[in-house]
Amino acid sequence: MIAALAFYMFAGLAIFAGLMVVVSRNPVHSVLFLILAFFNAAGLFVLLGAEFLAMILIIVYVGAVAVLFLFVVMMLDIDFSELRQGFQQYLPLGGLVGMIVLGELLLVLASGLGRPEMVRIPGSGAVRIAQDVENTAAMGQVLFTDYIYLFQAAGMILLVSMIGAIVLAHRTRPGVKKQIIADQVARTPAESIELIKVETGKGVKM
Amino acid sequence: MLSEYFPILVFIAIAIAMSLAFIGAAVLIARQNPDQEKTSTYECGFEAIDSAHIRFDVRFYLVAILFIIFDLEVAFLFPWAVALGDIGLYGFFSMVLFLAILTVGFIYEWRKGALEWE
Repeated sequence: MIAALAFYMFAGLAIFAGLMVVVSRNPVHSVLFLILAFFNAAGLFVLLGAEFLAMILIIVYVGAVAVLFLFVVMMLDIDFSELRQGFQQYLPLGGLVGMIVLGELLLVLASGLGRPEMVRIPGSGAVRIAQDVENTAAMGQVLFTDYIYLFQAAGMILLVSMIGAIVLAHRTRPGVKKQIIADQVARTPAESIELIKVETGKGVKM
Repeated sequence: MLSEYFPILVFIAIAIAMSLAFIGAAVLIARQNPDQEKTSTYECGFEAIDSAHIRFDVRFYLVAILFIIFDLEVAFLFPWAVALGDIGLYGFFSMVLFLAILTVGFIYEWRKGALEWE
């Protein structure tokens, strides 16, 4: 009863937030509604029993990906009202693409591929998941052994994205004064202090 | 399992009710005296209400994306730590290899100076 009520609340809010992501005029508001959608999806995951995925959704998507989206929205210097000028012009093409995607999704659902027992991941045998273990442990029991290739591929993808981000976004600025610790440590009193005997009434020429 | 989450649901309900109560109280009880001058430009030249859309340095983006990558790395560590007793040495060295791959990237970004601000 309470679970059903919670489901309708999370599902309804998720659909509402998803709609607002598309229709809101301000892109910053869109990102904030996206965060609301993530939270509601996390609630739905909890109702499905996928606790670990729910928490990861909040930590990774809300904590990091949404922040990244905000940065992107802030960084792009785009006049969004200008972007909407060509709305009528692009409507037929966009509508066509949308209809094709919708048709494909319906086809997938109709053919039963959406059912989890139909899904086979290539390169892995039958997966045995004990029924009495917790969600997180059940995932850990297969992810690092049965799905090791996919797991290592995930590591490779993370490595590529790390290097890609550095190559694209990192540049060293010339003329910035930096602390060089090795030079500081290597300094000796002999080379940093100079004692000069000053004769009375003559001053010193440095 | 779901009953363990019931307190969180109660917490969410209380949070929604309290925030609605605060907004409603502000609308109903607070003294409202709208004036054209209150929303006009300040004497110093700033707009009273401005767009939140300001441009950031691209370096913030680099920090955020590096954070996401290590966030995901830690996310993989949780199920591994929970199931370590069941998956044995194979699972242990599977994670060691994964961490080694990411350590290559970590050394790269350290040497490139991507972790330094200036």
